Amino acid sequence: MGKITLEQVNDIYVDVLREIGNIGAGNATTAIASMLGVRLDMSVPKVALLEVSKLGSAICPEEEIIVGIFLEVQTDIDGSMMFLMKMDSARFLVNKLMGRDMDYESDFDEMDLSALKEIGNIIAASYLNALSTMTNLVITPSIPHIAVDMAASILSVPAISFGQFGDNALLIQTEFGDDVLINGFFILMPEQDSYEKILAALGLSV
Amino acid sequence: MSKVIKVGMADLNICKSPDIITTIGLGSCIGLTFYDPITKIGGLVHYMLPDSTQMRNNTNIAKFADTGIDALLRKVLMAGANRNRLVAKIAGGAKMFQVSGGSNVGNVGERNAMAAKMKLRALGIRLAAEDTGLNFGRTVELHCETGEFYIKAIGKPVKII
Repeated sequence: MGKITLEQVNDIYVDVLREIGNIGAGNATTAIASMLGVRLDMSVPKVALLEVSKLGSAICPEEEIIVGIFLEVQTDIDGSMMFLMKMDSARFLVNKLMGRDMDYESDFDEMDLSALKEIGNIIAASYLNALSTMTNLVITPSIPHIAVDMAASILSVPAISFGQFGDNALLIQTEFGDDVLINGFFILMPEQDSYEKILAALGLSV
Repeated sequence: MSKVIKVGMADLNICKSPDIITTIGLGSCIGLTFYDPITKIGGLVHYMLPDSTQMRNNTNIAKFADTGIDALLRKVLMAGANRNRLVAKIAGGAKMFQVSGGSNVGNVGERNAMAAKMKLRALGIRLAAEDTGLNFGRTVELHCETGEFYIKAIGKPVKII
């Protein structure tokens, strides 16, 4: 078998991540739909390879407030993952979950944050399950951590994580919803040797 | 009228009175400024990681504390600032998520702030003020007319150091 180039590996890796994103988002949509008791559709996820220094403005203007849910992953691979939502999506989910009016707009209280954490947890776990099934690697997520802050500040965490070994970061965007579209973004941040492990498990090697 | 110069992530630039130099949404990164109060020349670097020597990929000098601070110093001196009058201020280095343990992601903000202090000591430049750590993002502005360093965070009053 001929050697494949790094670019080809990256292309295949992006395809695989898109497929994992697809399965993961599908699982997550089902879980959230049953939790909220609503019907949700989802679109095919988009995968973007971005320069690390541009990550801060990849989702929305740098100063806009967003919600970030962060989990560490371990066992067969080490690293972390993040799920990000804009405020309108987060507010929609919380209001639905809490049975509030849809136009309720107050700062998130402890209970709301806890609910968001749980939603992030379900979504992240669905995604990690898909990754685990596809690679046959055991992946254990930590408890979720949440931050509500400026996009650039929250995205500095994955930017730094990717910045340690390169200048590019992968961002997966999914959309699900019925009357309101919920926009969510995943970022998977494997450590360097775990990235190689994922590729090897998929039958790719650099 | 003063202009506002924007510095991105892993980026640096200089600024002269009456202009303002800013960077938006510092998380675990550090925004470090130099300022000469006589010529009113200042500069800002927004770096992401503490040490370029530990990285294989270190071509972008503004990404690291050591190389970024050196590059900013060269730039402000070239613009006419006097090295003996320079003062430094830093902000950022937050821990955005309360991750337990000493993982790389968990304490990078703290290591970033430490790197600035070590580098400044080595250069013999005084750290006049800092606003680092805790768990929130910061937008910063250096006003070159006064040397004031404005720090803005969500839901908090503006802080001037």
